[in-house]
Amino acid sequence: MKSILKFAAASSLALVALPAAAALNVFTCEPEWAALAQEIGGDKVAVYSATTAPQDPHRIEARPSLIARIRSADLLICSGSELEIGWIPLLLTQSGNDKIQLGSPGNFEASQYVAKLEIPKVIDRALGDIHPGGNPHVHTDPRNIAKIAAALEDRLVQLDPGNADTYRSRGKSFLDRWQSALARWEKEAAPLKGVSIVVYHMDFSYFINWSGMREVGSLEPKPGIPPTPTHLAELVDQMKRAPAKVIVYSPYNSPQAAEFLSSRTGIPAVMMPFTVGGTDKAKDLFGLFDDTIQRLLGVLK
Amino acid sequence: MLNKNAAAFAVAAALGLPCHAGAQTQEELRDLREQVKQLDKRVTDAEQAAIQASNRPAGENALNPAVSLILNGIYGNLSQDPANFKINGFVPTGGEVAPPDRGLSLGESELAIAANIDHYFRGTGIFSISSEDTISVEEAYIQTLALSHGFTIKAGRFFSAVGYQNPIHAHAWDFTDAPLANKVFLGNQLSDDGIQLKWVAPTILYFDVGVEVGRGRNFPAGPAGGRDKNGFGSGNFFTHVGGDFGTGTAWQLGAAYLTTSPQDRAYDDVDSTGTPVTNSFTGTSKLWALDGILKWAPNFNPTETSFKLQGEYFHRKENGDLTFDTAGAVGTRPGGYGSAQSGWYLQGVYQFVPLWRVGYRYDRLNAGTTNIALVDSGALPAADFPILAKYNPTRNTVMVDWSPSEFSRVRLQYAQDKSRSDATDNQVFLQYIVSLGAHGAHKF
Repeated sequence: MKSILKFAAASSLALVALPAAAALNVFTCEPEWAALAQEIGGDKVAVYSATTAPQDPHRIEARPSLIARIRSADLLICSGSELEIGWIPLLLTQSGNDKIQLGSPGNFEASQYVAKLEIPKVIDRALGDIHPGGNPHVHTDPRNIAKIAAALEDRLVQLDPGNADTYRSRGKSFLDRWQSALARWEKEAAPLKGVSIVVYHMDFSYFINWSGMREVGSLEPKPGIPPTPTHLAELVDQMKRAPAKVIVYSPYNSPQAAEFLSSRTGIPAVMMPFTVGGTDKAKDLFGLFDDTIQRLLGVLK
Repeated sequence: MLNKNAAAFAVAAALGLPCHAGAQTQEELRDLREQVKQLDKRVTDAEQAAIQASNRPAGENALNPAVSLILNGIYGNLSQDPANFKINGFVPTGGEVAPPDRGLSLGESELAIAANIDHYFRGTGIFSISSEDTISVEEAYIQTLALSHGFTIKAGRFFSAVGYQNPIHAHAWDFTDAPLANKVFLGNQLSDDGIQLKWVAPTILYFDVGVEVGRGRNFPAGPAGGRDKNGFGSGNFFTHVGGDFGTGTAWQLGAAYLTTSPQDRAYDDVDSTGTPVTNSFTGTSKLWALDGILKWAPNFNPTETSFKLQGEYFHRKENGDLTFDTAGAVGTRPGGYGSAQSGWYLQGVYQFVPLWRVGYRYDRLNAGTTNIALVDSGALPAADFPILAKYNPTRNTVMVDWSPSEFSRVRLQYAQDKSRSDATDNQVFLQYIVSLGAHGAHKF
């Protein structure tokens, strides 16, 4: 036993060690939280995002590389509201890391700090893969980003009081820039008010709520269930009676269903960045909302 | 804050408060400020209330553990009677290795209950109810949450970390039944009462090592239920290394070494005259397991297409004494015994469109060498140990399955099973597996 551990310790030295220069190792479930942690943490944090934009955060394998990363994390940032229920619980139990377990200060659930939409009145799997706590895709409302940024700033200070000044000043700088961007986006997005939209999955609800757009349908027949020919046919009929202005989908969705509906109805289908890295222009959180709004305005012209 | 103030002003305006015209005196201005302040507070309070309200409702019930129930049913069409199933060339394990029944039958229903016990422990209980109405404890263990530095301790009854598939529950397997190697070396699926210590290295490349000590209540240990002694009846050392290739391929390699000292591990056979006899083994059993898994999905996004390649190799050495006919039906005879045997399988599963997968598996066992002193010395004919007669079983399996959601799956499987030396079994299974309740998370 002892010799095995010794061997393990010795051999692990031969492998690549995790970056130790930064004060905090941050593991995020989604890229938007990685971007936010980087904005506030600067060089005091080493950020790793478990997923990238082309991945569906609902359906991730708890693969070895993720266990290796979460094992050394000081802070875990996830959307929560059961978005990651298929993989995060497994990573947590496999991690051997007490810092990021539920209830520890190193476990940060972004959706807890904002008012959630679409909390189901009836909870039943016949309704699809619903989230009993409400829609988890809270980051698509820019106002939510501000609230979560403030909460994350406090959490970073709590975890790493030695660098409190950095987190406070970077947090303030981010929020100042964010508020002025928000004011600009509110103006830019004004023409979107009342515009009817067909989504792929219910992952733009918060954006729709913020911009005042009107969701009239989704390509998924039920949350989490891929589009079916029957449902698409119904949507084609529905769009012929009352056409929507735009069909949107995320980088992790196959564009086929959206393109099919678009080709049958002439309604433009647009891929939204959905998260940081989703499109070339969505390099950071500012770019994410700039590009989202511009892409939608583009189809209205 | 800007927003809140703006909202407060808007509300003030809507209420018809004198925003600009009448506010000329200092007093009025102060009143107005106070009103705005109060409105601001009300907006903030309302926001907080909305956040609170949108979070989960509390209640006694809210602390119930996660409960899920696995149901499965199967239709089997087999050219050979599953009641006479045997794998020639290998010692019978006493495990549930036989294929499903002919005709319609209910598979094992599985009830799983799991929750964090407190901030130190997590508990999991998985109970299996067979179609014969017997209940068995598949797994019941606690696991530490609060150990740091990559350490986890698990205690109770759990599936041993020997090879890739053994710790995975049957409902999450890619084929209806276990690989032949798992059947002959692990009695289908090895679970033991014991303690597991695991350590995950602080490296980017995934690396773990672990040790398990157990009661030895199942094959390859023995007798069934475990020996009457203090200390341990089985020991298992395991390690895994894994990581990613590029942006779509994840891999893991594993190795395990399971060592046990069976005492009077009995199995049933017939002697050369056709009389049923019980033989028993006492000695040491050492099992090496190597496993490899490769999973590919474009950008690690398995919703559209994905591919999974999985293989395991087992090698076992047993040395000790084999007692012929312990009950004395035709005459008890003790003698030495030694064997070195191996087996492997390789399987691939391809999801070609969303919801649909096809898979192929090849099984192969090598009877290797088996030395029975009673036979070598000429005391008994080899025909007195028919099940141990040298034979290399093989099996080819294909399957297609459809998973309309994450919670249900329907599978059609065909296998050409040459486990028996005297007959080929053509097996067709049509099966459903569904999961009710809490959203399960499956191991890599």
